[in-house]
Formats: sequence, C-alpha cells, structure tokens
Amino acid sequence: MSILLDKDTRVIVQGITGKEGSFHTEQMIGYGTNVVGGVTPGKGNQTHFDLPVFNTVAEAVNNTDANASVIFVPPPFGPDAIMEAADAGVELVVCITEGIPAADMVKVKNFLHRMKTRMIGPNCPGIISPEKAKIGIMPGFIHKEGSIGVISRSGTLTYEAVYQLTELGIGQSTCVGIGGDPIIGSTFIDLLGLFAEDDGTEGVVLIGEIGGSAEEEAAVWMQKSGFNKPVVAFIAGQTAPPGRRMGHAGAIIAGGKGTATDKMKALRDVGISVVESPADIGITMQQQLGN
Amino acid sequence: MKIHEYQAKEILRQNSVPVPAGTPAFSVDEAVKAAEAMSSDLWVLKAQIHAGGRGKGGGVKIAKSLEEVRELAGQILGMNLVTHQTGHEGKEVNRLLVEEGVDIARELYAGIVLDRSTENFVFMVSTEGGVEIEKVAAETPEKIVKVWIHPEFGLTTFQARQLAFALGLEGDQVKNGVKTFMALWKTFDSYDCSLAEINPLVVTGNGQVMALDAKINFDDNSLYRHSNVEEMRDTSEELPSEMEAASYQLNYIKLDGNVGCMVNGAGLAMATMDIIKLSGGEPANFLDVGGVANPETVSRGFKLILTDPNVKSILINIFGGIVRCDRVAQGVVDAMSAINVKVPVVVRLEGTNAKEAATLLEESSLDFLVAISLKDGAEKAVKAAQE
Repeated sequence: MSILLDKDTRVIVQGITGKEGSFHTEQMIGYGTNVVGGVTPGKGNQTHFDLPVFNTVAEAVNNTDANASVIFVPPPFGPDAIMEAADAGVELVVCITEGIPAADMVKVKNFLHRMKTRMIGPNCPGIISPEKAKIGIMPGFIHKEGSIGVISRSGTLTYEAVYQLTELGIGQSTCVGIGGDPIIGSTFIDLLGLFAEDDGTEGVVLIGEIGGSAEEEAAVWMQKSGFNKPVVAFIAGQTAPPGRRMGHAGAIIAGGKGTATDKMKALRDVGISVVESPADIGITMQQQLGN
Repeated sequence: MKIHEYQAKEILRQNSVPVPAGTPAFSVDEAVKAAEAMSSDLWVLKAQIHAGGRGKGGGVKIAKSLEEVRELAGQILGMNLVTHQTGHEGKEVNRLLVEEGVDIARELYAGIVLDRSTENFVFMVSTEGGVEIEKVAAETPEKIVKVWIHPEFGLTTFQARQLAFALGLEGDQVKNGVKTFMALWKTFDSYDCSLAEINPLVVTGNGQVMALDAKINFDDNSLYRHSNVEEMRDTSEELPSEMEAASYQLNYIKLDGNVGCMVNGAGLAMATMDIIKLSGGEPANFLDVGGVANPETVSRGFKLILTDPNVKSILINIFGGIVRCDRVAQGVVDAMSAINVKVPVVVRLEGTNAKEAATLLEESSLDFLVAISLKDGAEKAVKAAQE
C-alpha cells in the first residue's frame, strides 16, 4: 500500500516544456507514472512527449481529469502556479521549485486554507510510491516496494536513507520529501497522520534538520495521537554553527532555537529511536522491525 | 542578507519610522564633520559591524564635545571589535554612525519575525528593552506580547493599539506608537524582510516613539525583486571564499575543523559534517555543490576547500541520483589532475553508475582513498587528517 500516490494517480506537469520539466517528465513516465498532460501558458494546443499541453491548469484538468500536479517553474512564478492548481481543484500539488520567498508562501498557505488541495514542498524532491509511480526528481532505482514510510526535509539525504533500507531488503510504502523551506505545504504531522491510517505502512523513517520546531511538534503529536508504528529519526546539522543558513532556506539556528540537540531530545522524550549517525538509519529500522 | 544599523535606519527614516538624526562616517574627519552639522551638544558614535553586543565590546561611545568626537572616532575606527557574536577573532571597524544624543524616558523592544509554527509573521513588543530578546523569552516570557499579522490584511490599527497599550504608552505616546508600529510593518512587508528588530525602541522625553537601534535582515529568496537592497551589501562583512562560492551558486560555509567535505545536497552535506564529528574529527566546512555535481562544480569545490589552510584531508560524498557517479568521478579526476591537491582525498560515490565510477577512480594514476560507505568515508577522512 501507499499514501498520496499510486499507479492510477493522473498527473499533469506545470512547466512541462521547460528544461527541468521536460527532463523529469520523461523520467517520471519511464518509472511508470501516469502523466496525462502538461501546462505552459502560451503553448496550449501543442504536444510534448505525445502529451497534450494546455494554457491553463483548469483547461488541463477539464480535458484530462488530472488529480495531481507537479510544478517545475522558476521561483517568481511558483506561488501563482500553486494557487492556479489549487483553484482548478487539483487534489495533490507537488512544488519542486527552490527559492520562493517566505512572504509569498505565507500568502499561498492562506489561500490554500479555503481549498481541499494538499500541497507538498516547495524546495523538495517530491513523492514516490516505489514500483508504482513517482512525482518528482528522485532516482527511482534506489527504491523498493515495501512497508516503510519515509518523511524528510532533505533531498539527497533521503536517497541515502532509502538506499540503506533497500540494501537491507527493507522496502518503502511511500517516500515524501516535504521540503527544506521555512513554510511548506505539508508538515511531518500531516504525513504521519496519513501513514498512521495506511495499513501498508509498518514503520516510518523521519529525517529532520536544524531550524524551526516541526520535529518537536511532530514528537508531541505522536505522543498525543498514540502513534504506534516504530519510528526511526535522524536530525541533520548536529555540527551546524548558529545563525548560519545551511543551504536550505529553513535550515538555520536562530536565537538559540532550532538546534539538533533540542529536536533529538524532544523525539527521544516521547520514545522515538533517534540515531546520531546518518549511517545507522537503515540498520536501526531493521532492528526496530525485528522487535 | 544583513545590513548595517545606519542602512536600516535610513530605510526606516524613508518609511516614516522615527530615528535619531545621524550620518555614517568612514573616517575621523567625516565623523567630526557629521557631528558639526548636527545642532547638538551630545553625540553617540556607534561602530558599524554586522554583529550585536557592540556596546559591551567598546564599539559605542558618547562624546560631549567635537574634540571628544575626534578622539573617540579615532579609537573606534580601525579597532578590532570583539563581541559575543563576532567570535574571538573579532571584526575590524571601518564604518561609524554619528548620531545626535536622544533624551530617553523609557527603553522598550519591538520586532517582527516569521513564526514558522503558525505560518504567519509575528509582531512582538516588550517592556524589557535594551537586553537580548532571547534572554527575555527564556527568563520572563510573559513580558513579551505578540500579535500575529494577517496575510491579507497586514498589521491592523487595533493590533497596533493593543501593542501600544501593552507597553504602557500613555496620551500622545499611544498615537505615536501606533504610527511607528504601522510604519515598521509596512517597511518589513515592502522590503521582504526576514527580521526587523528595534532594540531599544525608546520613548523620548517629549513622547516620541523612536528606533534607537535597528537591525534588518532580508529574505535571500526575495532579493531578485529588490535590486536596491543588493546594493547595500557590505562585502567586507563576508568571507571572500564564501562570496566566491555564492557567485558560482555553491553553498559554502567555512568552519573551524580540518576535514574538508564536498557533498551534493544541503541535508546530506550537514549529515556528512555530523558523521565526520562522530568519527572523531572536526568538519572544516559545509559545501553543497548542488544536485548537479559536474566536473566544473567539483573543480570549483576543490579550490574553495583548499583556500582554507587548516584542511588536512577532503571527503567527497556524492549520492548520484539524476547525476551519474561516473561523470562526477571523471570530474574529480580532471580537477585533481589540473589542481595540485596536496592533502589526501577520500571519495565516496553511491547511486547511479557507482561501479563504473569506482573503476574509473581505480584506473586513474591519482592517489585516492575509495570509501565503500558513508561511515567508511568519514572514518578514512578523519584518519587521513590525523596522520
């Protein structure tokens, strides 16, 4: 089983004719994703990889019955692309774009409150339900179908964790990169909620990093909601200096808040298995499943 | 992005937030000239560096005559100012702000930041001005009053009034406070700030509500729509190697250790630093060469890491997804053939075409240490740095 995405999910690509959009559309189709069309304003009525291209998301949805969208547009156009998809009734919107201003995301989140759309990202690798479909930019071949959910604020670090799991023969139900920005569409808690309800998910790998308090909030939520699947967590940035932005817009220890130490403690306090070394994520999950 | 106090105050002045009369000065003569032009008999000389705690470090002085302005400006300009935020090496002072003395009745605090939990901006005030707000938050959180700013409507007048009354402002001070708060939010919003902090915000003897100090940071992701902000960047506040990295769109942050590292992706780069430390070493840097590690970026990465003389070994950790490991390996071989890398280099390549990459590295005449896992790579790099 999986969450959010499977073989039947009908995906459109916003920015399909751009360099990134083109490349990853081909990759997604190659992995088995049901890509049904794309949107590039001004290029409607054309085709790209034999897929119809539309001027607007509304038009694309009307013609293809798409229920998911992935966004590959430059940062100045990202917020508008997200709102356009939500307005057209797309249920799942994944925004890959890195570099959207935080103030824009505050407004976008306010817009989304009135919609039924679930948003993932921005500044994320996307979602994959192994051996079914992927929406995003992650390398498909390192994944294996199985029963571990993965939620992460990072990209390549997620690949590292997934690779460790797959090497040990532990497959994944769905892996979600929630994004490295301070304001994101879906949080750890949102995804933990979905994994809690998914019978096909037996355990969860949670990869956090410095900055903000999303990991602490997830810890409190897991305890309160009685989340009872094994969780292995890793927090990147134990050696990060305060006050410096570590690559991701959201990865910063500000005013002494958002340290890896605090996050690790908050998770351990509610009984979560937190590994200190990123090399121990897979093996620790294996031990958890053996218990 | 950070700017100096005098630049922040100039922005505030232009946007109707009251600030003391003041002029930046880059030399002693300019400082004296600036003081002369003010109709005052008391001047404050403030060192302009991007770190807090300047007063305690001796970077803020009060002068009661023009002679004293000359003397104190001479002391501050060129001094190496050490504060709790500069690190022990300190920061050379090249700019000064000369301000008219202000008649202070009360010292308060006002600030706006992004509240990530509620996904809104939050406006905070406190009666505890002039001390670090983090300290107030830790010790007496009840003395911080917050209002959350609506994404559509912005700061409303009733909220600004709530803040003014929470600070105990009275009479005309309330009206002045409301004006100041509204103007501060307008500034924050129109410049896409990530932080605006007025500490202290003072009530003057005649009831004005004024920014005695000002700290403004901008959201780096918004700079593309604020060319006037980019112009305020003081490059002397940034490390040349970090600026060079930024010009190549690489993320490089220099640290104090001796194990250099080059990684694709910010999360994996932090995790690599962490595992270096867990293996008994200290990372020399954070370097994210991006999702697309190619020969050019690898070569630039090497050069950046080697600008730091402390580096005793380098760990290259690339998880190839879309990027093929054999291409990265070729980049490493090319770069090392072109640059004279005198320290041991440990290479860990995993993911797409990792086997081809390993063969390529083994067959080159260059001296690599090839690692089979993240842990192995970190241990080898730490050991190499210690030898």
